[in-house]
Amino acid sequence: MSNAVSALQGAVAPGEVTVREGGLQGMITLRGDLSNAKLKSVCKAVTGATFPKMGKATMSGDNALAWMSPDEALILVPHADTADAIAKIDKALKGQHYLAENLSDARALIFVEGTYSREVMAKAAPVDLHPSTFQPGDFRRTRLGQVAAAFWMKDDDTFAIICFRSVADYTFKLLAAAAKGGAVGHF
Amino acid sequence: MSTRLANTGRLVNKNKAVYFTFNGKNLSGFEGDTLASALLANDQMLMGRSFKYHRPRGVLASGAEEPNGLVNLGEGANFEPNQRVTTTELFDGLTSKSQNHWPSLDFDIGAINKHLSRFMPAGFYYKMFIHPRPFWKHVYEPIIRHAAGLGKAPKDRDLDTYEHFNINVDVMVVGGGIAGLSAALAAGRAGVRVLLVEQTAHWGGRAVVDQPTVDGMSAEDWVKNTLQDLESMKNVTVRNRTQGSGVYDHGYVLAYERITDHAPETDAPRHRLWRVRAKQIVTATGAIERPLSFAGNDIPGVVLAAAVRDYVVNWGVSMGDRTVVVTNNDDAYRTAITLKKAGLEIPAIIDARSTANGELIDEARALGIRVEMGKGIAKVKGGKRVTAIGICAQAGEGAELAEISCDCVAMSGGWSPVVHLWSHCGGKLVWDDAQAMFRPNPELPPLGAGGQGFVTTAGIANGHLFTAEGIADGFAAGRAAAKTAGAMGKSGAAPMGEDASEGPISPVWLMPQGAKQALRSKSWLDFQNDVKVSDVQLAAQEGFESVEHAKRYTTLGMATDQGKLSNINGLAILSKALNADIPNVGTTTFRPPYTPISMASIAGPARDDLFQPIRMTPVSDWSNENGADNEPVGQWRRPYTYLRDGETVHDAVNREVKNTRENLGLLDASTLGKLIVKGAEAGKFLDMMYTNMMSNLAVGKCRYGLMCTENGFLSDDGVVARIDDETWLCHTTTGGAERIHAWMEDWLQCEWWDQKVFVANLTEQLAQIAVVGPNARKVLEKLGGMDVSKETLPFMQWRDGNLGGFDARAYRISFSGELSYEIAVPASQGRAFWDALLDAGAEFGVMPYGTECLHILRAEKGFIMIGDETDGTVIPQDLNLQWALSKKKEDYLGKRAHTRSHMADPNRWKLVGLETVDGSVLPDGAYAIADGVNANGQRNTQGRVTSTYYSANMDRGIAMGLVLHGPDRMGEVLEFNKIEGGTVAAKIVDQVFFDKDGEKQNV
Repeated sequence: MSNAVSALQGAVAPGEVTVREGGLQGMITLRGDLSNAKLKSVCKAVTGATFPKMGKATMSGDNALAWMSPDEALILVPHADTADAIAKIDKALKGQHYLAENLSDARALIFVEGTYSREVMAKAAPVDLHPSTFQPGDFRRTRLGQVAAAFWMKDDDTFAIICFRSVADYTFKLLAAAAKGGAVGHF
Repeated sequence: MSTRLANTGRLVNKNKAVYFTFNGKNLSGFEGDTLASALLANDQMLMGRSFKYHRPRGVLASGAEEPNGLVNLGEGANFEPNQRVTTTELFDGLTSKSQNHWPSLDFDIGAINKHLSRFMPAGFYYKMFIHPRPFWKHVYEPIIRHAAGLGKAPKDRDLDTYEHFNINVDVMVVGGGIAGLSAALAAGRAGVRVLLVEQTAHWGGRAVVDQPTVDGMSAEDWVKNTLQDLESMKNVTVRNRTQGSGVYDHGYVLAYERITDHAPETDAPRHRLWRVRAKQIVTATGAIERPLSFAGNDIPGVVLAAAVRDYVVNWGVSMGDRTVVVTNNDDAYRTAITLKKAGLEIPAIIDARSTANGELIDEARALGIRVEMGKGIAKVKGGKRVTAIGICAQAGEGAELAEISCDCVAMSGGWSPVVHLWSHCGGKLVWDDAQAMFRPNPELPPLGAGGQGFVTTAGIANGHLFTAEGIADGFAAGRAAAKTAGAMGKSGAAPMGEDASEGPISPVWLMPQGAKQALRSKSWLDFQNDVKVSDVQLAAQEGFESVEHAKRYTTLGMATDQGKLSNINGLAILSKALNADIPNVGTTTFRPPYTPISMASIAGPARDDLFQPIRMTPVSDWSNENGADNEPVGQWRRPYTYLRDGETVHDAVNREVKNTRENLGLLDASTLGKLIVKGAEAGKFLDMMYTNMMSNLAVGKCRYGLMCTENGFLSDDGVVARIDDETWLCHTTTGGAERIHAWMEDWLQCEWWDQKVFVANLTEQLAQIAVVGPNARKVLEKLGGMDVSKETLPFMQWRDGNLGGFDARAYRISFSGELSYEIAVPASQGRAFWDALLDAGAEFGVMPYGTECLHILRAEKGFIMIGDETDGTVIPQDLNLQWALSKKKEDYLGKRAHTRSHMADPNRWKLVGLETVDGSVLPDGAYAIADGVNANGQRNTQGRVTSTYYSANMDRGIAMGLVLHGPDRMGEVLEFNKIEGGTVAAKIVDQVFFDKDGEKQNV
């Protein structure tokens, strides 16, 4: 819908590490039996990504699948395609015990891009971000400063972060301040 | 006088002058100086005044243990008090001021305290607190507040930034001396992730000053090579200017990096707090030299022996031309040898031991230095600096045998390992009699979750004072830590160290051993807090036998240096006074941080905008641009009211209250919790969560529900809507959204894990706007797209549809008694929908309203509010909500609790309406008084106010309250107390004040 806006309407804090809001992103929370073949295949059908293992995110272009918990997956599709994707899931899983809800607008998507993006994230999150333990495809639910968040690496220099819409401003400013603080020189 | 030497100073660049000020005086030093060495090079030995007696104070040490050299550093937004001159690196433009003096450092009126010192003995404060009481407040406190206290509090906002940094490592090594370096080398070679931190700007610790040989080369070369090796290892990070400050459970370590303290013009955060999760920690934290306790040991010019040679070797600064060394061990001879070789005079070495032999003693004698065995210092002479000492027999009572003129006394009472980090998390100590020191007990390390030790200690910190043992111990500790942390690689061969052999130390806790009271009362233990040998002895005499009690009674070790120099000497004196052995008296507790760290580093980024998260709804920006006077509701900021030009808050609230009843009000209700509960057993689950029946709610309908804790107390309320066969949407209060979500998950995950139910929190997915008032239907009909008529969308039902182009879910529910809809749209369209309602509503008198109007409208209708009528002790029966307690259901959370005797007690206070007789507004929380007093002599009570407002619609105060037998006492008048004293009369009435028959919402 034309009058839909993302939480920060594409805010950018440029620098050697740039913090950028990702705009509207379709997000579906899917709860159910993650070992179920129908569930896995409909996830792949709506995203093009293979089903992720524990602690991982898989990507297919801008679509993605992320492992959230033993009975929860996160599905990323274009914002406008969310309702269609849910309809497909509902059709595929009809009669089974599951929950698929559109949470696109409950959240904000933020990217941290640049040479020392790994260190920017380590300033905010109590996560082992050493390159030997965290690489593109790894996914964590954790906190950033004082708020809950989840993130994964899209590539060697880019982190994608999801936080609640209500604290998008806080999260963006926290990451922008960490980026402005410069490289630590650790990783 | 103290001065700069021509030929020494390994850390200073004498080709680069650096300019700074001290007490307004323009001074210069060199690049590489500390503020301490630069002040000494300018003959500024007097640096401050002591805390209690305002005694003159100069530096005592050369590192982090310094108790005396504290200054106010910087100005304005860069001001910081209590900065140690020994750990402050000099930079151009540094400004410093001495502390605790008035009117000037050289002439201090407060110094008169020293003449009163016999009237301010140990425990002075405690004694004065007790008797006579009025004296404390009116006499002592004002005087002491003026006289005592160190640095000034900053006045301006700190302009610097600070940050945190989280990392995980296998082995963290604290301390960059040769033990720490070799530990990091061993661990690094083994291939694990290593972090090595050093609190100063320089590596090598004592070794680079004392220059033993390591692997056949000078210690300095070995340190340089090893550092290069470490820096070339990808798995090793080394950081100087970074202090391992605290060790906590589970291998959590805080390290405090001072990034720009030495270079304030740099555009980087000032401090960085490293939050390290380490599998294993090696503390190679070295040792601290102990002072000797003799009369006048606090006079400027009396300095720790190793510090004296640090200043000569590292910064090329001498304390004076003539230095007397006083010692009970061989190590201090190094100071005499170093100074002599630098061309300075050593009139004598005073050695308290009756006999001693060793290479260093031989070397000193060979240099022609006079060595006096079995002697001590009777007293130091001088005022603001040392002029001479009187020597005496150590075995005697202090009769002066001779006077030696000198301008520096270098003292050494032996070494105390820095056991702080070992001890922070419970590592135990053992008393080493031969070396007269507490050292870590390797049998009793701090234990991790699995019961295994997670800290090892190495080198001097482990009681290995000599190079060969220290460096080997460090290497072994690093290798063992790496192995425990899972290393697969090999550490290779350990470095070999060698230095002069030394004879045994002889512990000296008082000099001379039989010193009389006059000398003991001038023998300082704690130099910053002015605690003397006589004070600790008095504490023991007055019954303070526990070391923790004696510490607090005398303030020993309670200054900003936390007793790094005074604790061991103090407890040795205490143990003597108690005729107990030192290990039986024990130490006080070592708590983090090792030295004070900046409060700002602890806060990190959490200041200003980032102090705490402020939650925003899609409408928050509009509200803030349109006069919102916000109140905090959890981490949300909700408009309390919307102020228009010149309005008071009271006026604005009354305008909103009247307009909503007469025209049209809009409320941003987006913060209300919205939980989706879905599954084949969702109805069964909700029947347990709610006190009333939810499973039989028809699709398309809404029902108000109550939730209790398992103890029966009212926890939350809200409207539940049945979405489809398997799906319910539960509204919660704003504050309940996350709490109730967690509550449901708790039951589903821990108790009813087999139930086929999923919960999702949709709170932030939807913007929800309450459209309230007689014109509510008109504005929605104007937007168009769905039928919102009474027939199609009756009260307590919902429909999905399209309103003015928005995908909307319209609930016909009311918390105001008005014709009312709550419309949910996707949050991304929330602002646009709000704007559309304002636009369309203009002709119908639309006005947004805030939370206070919401409260008043619901109170006029007698609706309860979670958090007002409930406080965690209130049950539904108290609020006359029995109708919502299902009798059909076999069970629900709280049902059994409601049958307990106190819950079923007919004397529980119950909800009623209250109207003041004079129409005024009852004070919030006021109590209804009853006859007589209780056992505590307090007035008996029979009720209290839970909600109270001015109602513009009724033009009078209205309230609700809980009253004993309230519903049975309609019409009775009670007296409620007032804050300013007196009472106000209020009549018990029905809690529904407005539109009792509900005609306004029934349209």
